[in-house]
Amino acid sequence: MIRLFAHANYDFIGLRKWAYGVTGAILIPGLILMALRDVNYSIEFTGGALVQVRATGTTMDAGGVRAALDRGGVPGAEITEFGGSTEFVIRARLEGQVSATEQAAQETATRVRAALTDAFGAGGFEVTRVEAVGPKVGGELRQRALLAILASFVVVLVYLAYRFEWRFGLASVLATAHDILATIAFIVYMDLEVSLLVVSAILTVVGYSLNDTIVIFDRTRENLHKYKREDLAEILNRSVNETLPRTIITNTTSLAALVALLVLAGAVLRPFAWVMAFGVFTGTFSSVYIAAPVLMWIERKWPGKDARGVKARVVAAGHGTSTTLPPPEAGAERSRVPSA
Amino acid sequence: MLDSIRSRLIAIAILVALSVWALWPRQVTTRVRGPDGRMRDSTVRQLNIKRGLDLQGGIHLALELDESRGQVPNRSDAIDRALKVIRTRIDEFGVAEPLVQKQGASRIVVEVAGITDPARAKEIVQRSAFLEFQMTDKENLFRQALPGMDRALAAAGVSEASVGRQMADSAARAAAAPSSAVEDILSGARPPVADTGKAARHDTTRARRDSAAARRDTARDTSALLGGPLSPLLFSGSMAGQYLVAEEKVPIVQAMVERAELQRLLPRGIVLRWGAEPLSRGARAFRPVYALQERPIITGEYLIDAKARIDPLMNQAIVVFQLSRRGGRIFERETGKRVGDYMAIVLDGQVQSQPPVLRSQIGANGQIELGNASLRDAEDLALVLRAGALPAPLQIVEERTIGPSLGADSIRKGVLAGAVGVALVILIVIGYYRLSGALAVAALGLYVLFTLGGLAALGATLTLPGIAGFALSITIAVDANVLIFERIREELEVGKSIRLAVDAGFKMAMNAIVDSNVAMVLTAALLFQFGTGPVKGFAVMLILGVAASMVTAIFVTRTLFMMLLARRQQLQTLSI
Repeated sequence: MIRLFAHANYDFIGLRKWAYGVTGAILIPGLILMALRDVNYSIEFTGGALVQVRATGTTMDAGGVRAALDRGGVPGAEITEFGGSTEFVIRARLEGQVSATEQAAQETATRVRAALTDAFGAGGFEVTRVEAVGPKVGGELRQRALLAILASFVVVLVYLAYRFEWRFGLASVLATAHDILATIAFIVYMDLEVSLLVVSAILTVVGYSLNDTIVIFDRTRENLHKYKREDLAEILNRSVNETLPRTIITNTTSLAALVALLVLAGAVLRPFAWVMAFGVFTGTFSSVYIAAPVLMWIERKWPGKDARGVKARVVAAGHGTSTTLPPPEAGAERSRVPSA
Repeated sequence: MLDSIRSRLIAIAILVALSVWALWPRQVTTRVRGPDGRMRDSTVRQLNIKRGLDLQGGIHLALELDESRGQVPNRSDAIDRALKVIRTRIDEFGVAEPLVQKQGASRIVVEVAGITDPARAKEIVQRSAFLEFQMTDKENLFRQALPGMDRALAAAGVSEASVGRQMADSAARAAAAPSSAVEDILSGARPPVADTGKAARHDTTRARRDSAAARRDTARDTSALLGGPLSPLLFSGSMAGQYLVAEEKVPIVQAMVERAELQRLLPRGIVLRWGAEPLSRGARAFRPVYALQERPIITGEYLIDAKARIDPLMNQAIVVFQLSRRGGRIFERETGKRVGDYMAIVLDGQVQSQPPVLRSQIGANGQIELGNASLRDAEDLALVLRAGALPAPLQIVEERTIGPSLGADSIRKGVLAGAVGVALVILIVIGYYRLSGALAVAALGLYVLFTLGGLAALGATLTLPGIAGFALSITIAVDANVLIFERIREELEVGKSIRLAVDAGFKMAMNAIVDSNVAMVLTAALLFQFGTGPVKGFAVMLILGVAASMVTAIFVTRTLFMMLLARRQQLQTLSI
C-alpha cells in the first residue's frame, strides 16, 4: 500500500505569514501589470471580427497576411499563428472606434476575406472560423461575465451559510475572491486571451477552490466537536493535515487530466487548460492560507458560541478585548508524528 | 435505502439500461437538397448525441431589428413574425436539426450545423424578400418635377462636387478604407456649377454616340439641356420613368436624392427605386433608377409558390411564381387596366431586370427575370419568396462560423486529450489504491455511461469545452472516491474491522462529498446561465458529471465493496 503524507503534521497555519508574502508577490505585480498593460480581451468582449484561415496550396506567412490586410483596408489587425505555421488567426477589434456600428464587425470580416482572396486567390486558403461580434453584444457579454462571477459569490455564501455557518461561508468566499484575483494575475502574466472560455475556466476555478475549502472546513467542523480542548488554529492545522493525502491525490488526478488537455486538446482549449491548471494550485493554496486565517480572524472579531480561538485567551486575560492568538504548539504537535 | 446487494444491483441495472436506451443509435431524419435540387428526407442512423457547432462545423447568427434606417413600429410583433419567416426559410434550406429561437425580447438566434457556404446562409436569413409590383411613372411626373429639384439643390448649395467632397470626408472620418466608389468620386470630382453643365453635355453626347438605346431616346432627352446639379446626371432610359446614371456617379446621385428637400419635392405618389443590376450601353455601365407609382398593384403577400427555372429562350435563371386565387384576381384586374404600360418587379426596394411591358392581363402566374444570376441564386430567391417577407430588416449582431475541418480537428484532438486524461487518472487511482482503486475505476466505467446517457436523455449538446468538462468531472468523480478511501484508511488505522471501517468511511465522507459537489453544481449552473453555446456545453457536462459521480462513487462503489466483503467473509486486509 502506498501512502503519501499520511499522518502529516506540518505547521501550515504557522507558516501563513510566509504564504501572505508569496501571494502578495503574485497578486500585486499582477494587478499593477494589469493596470499598465491592456488585458487581452477576445473579440467576444470587445466587439470585432476574428477570421481564422488555413493555407491550402499557397505559402502563407504572417508578413504576407499583414501586407494583404494593409492593402485591403484592414490595417492594425492582430495576426497570430494558430497551431502550426500554416494557420493564422486574424483579429480586428472595434474597441475605441466611436463610430462602430453593429454591422461594422460583419463588414470587417468581409473585408478581411476579400483582402485575402485578392492576395492569395480564392483557392489559396480555407476559412476555418469566423467570429464577428457587434459592440452591443460584446458589452452584454462583458456584463454577464461579471454578473456570473458576482452571482457565484452570493450563491456560495448562501449555501455555505446554510450548511455550515456564515463565518465559514464568508471565509470560503474571500478565499475564492483571492483565487479569482490570483487567476487574473496569472492570465496577465501569461498574456492569455480572455475569452468566454477563459471566463468559464475562472468560474470553474471558483468551483474547484470551494471544493477544496469545503473538504477542509468539513473536517474542521468535525474536529471542533472531537477535540474540545484545542483552539481553532490547532484544529485548522489538524484538519489541513488530515485531509492532505486527499488534497494531493485529487490534485494530482486533476492536473493529469489538465496536462492531457493542455498538450493534446489543441489551441482552442489551451488557454482554458492553463487557467484551470493554475486554479488547481491556487484553490488548494487559498483553502489553507486564505480561508483558514480569515476564519480565525472572523472568530476573533465576532466570536461565535463556540469561538475556541479566543475563548482560552479571553479567560486568561480576564477581559474580552484581547485579539492575539497563541502560537500553535508546533513542537508538541510534531512529537506525536508516528513514522509513516 | 437500498440495503441488500440484490436490490442495489437491480437499481444499477435499471440505470444502465436507461442510459443505453438513451444513447442507442437512432434514425435521424433531415431534409437535404438532392442533386436535382429537390428537397427530400434523408435518414441516417447515429449515436444519439448532438454535437455542437464547434465540433461539426456550422454557423451561429444573432439577429436584431435593424433600425438604422428608421424605427420599426411594434417591435415585439415584428420579431415574432421574423422568427416564423426565418424558421420556414431555414427548414427549407435543408439542414440537420437547425435551431431558430428567440433570445430575450429582441434577438433571434439561428444555428445551422454542417454548412459549407456561410455567406449563402446569411443571405437567406437576412434577405427581406419583400416583393412589390409597381407601375412606372408613365406620365413623367418625376421629369416635370426635376427643374424644381435642381433649383432647390442649387439653392441649398449642393453640387456634384460638393456631394462628392462630403462623402469623401465622411468616409475618411469613419476611418474606413476608401471604397472604390469613393475613390472614383475623389478622382472624378469636378469643379463647381459653372463647368458642370458643359462637362455633363460632353458626357451626354458621348453617351448618345455610344448607346443605341440612348440614341432612340434623344428626342425625349431634355434633361441634359436643363442646368442644375441633378438633371445632368440623369439620362433618359428606354421607357417613361426610367433614368440611367453612369455607374461611377451612382453614389453622388444617391446622396442627392436622399436629401430631405428633394424628397419633399418628389411628386405625390411617386417613389424612386434603383435597378438591381447595371446596364451596359456600349463601353459604359449605367445604373437604372426608376420613378415608380408608389402604390403597388400587388405585393408578395399573395404569393403561394415560387420555383427556380432556367428560361430556355434566354438561357437565364428565372423564378416563376404563383399567386393565390384572390391574388390572381387582383393581379388580373389591375394588369388588365394597364395593358401597354411598364410594370416594375421590385424586390427589397430594388427593381429586378428591365420592367416588362404588359401585353395583356396577367393572372395568377408570373415570372421574375434575374439577369445573369445563377440557378442557385434563383433557387434561393424562390425559397425566400415562398417563406414570405421579413416584416422589418434585420442586422447580424453576432456571427460565429466554424469550418467543418476545424470541427473534425477539434473532435479528434478533444477525444484524444480526454482519453489520455482519463487513462492517466485511472492509472493513478489503481496505482495508489490497488484493488479498491480498481473497484472505483469499474464504477468510473458506469460513470462514463451515465454521463453520456444523461447528455442524450436531456438532448443537450456536446461541445469541445464539453469534452474538457467531461475530463474534469471525472476527476471530481475520483475525488469522491478519494475522500471515501482516505477515510476508510483512517478508520482502519484506528483499529476498526474492515467492515466497520468501510461503513464509516462511506458515512463520514458523505458530508464533504455532498457539500463540495453542490458548490460545484451551483457554479456550473451559473455558468450555464451566463454562457453561450460551447460554454453551456461545458456547464452541462460538469453538472451531469457531478450528478453521475455522486451515483457511482457513493452508490456503485459501495455496492462493489459490499459484494467484495460478502464474497470473502474472512477478509483480513483490505487492499486500499
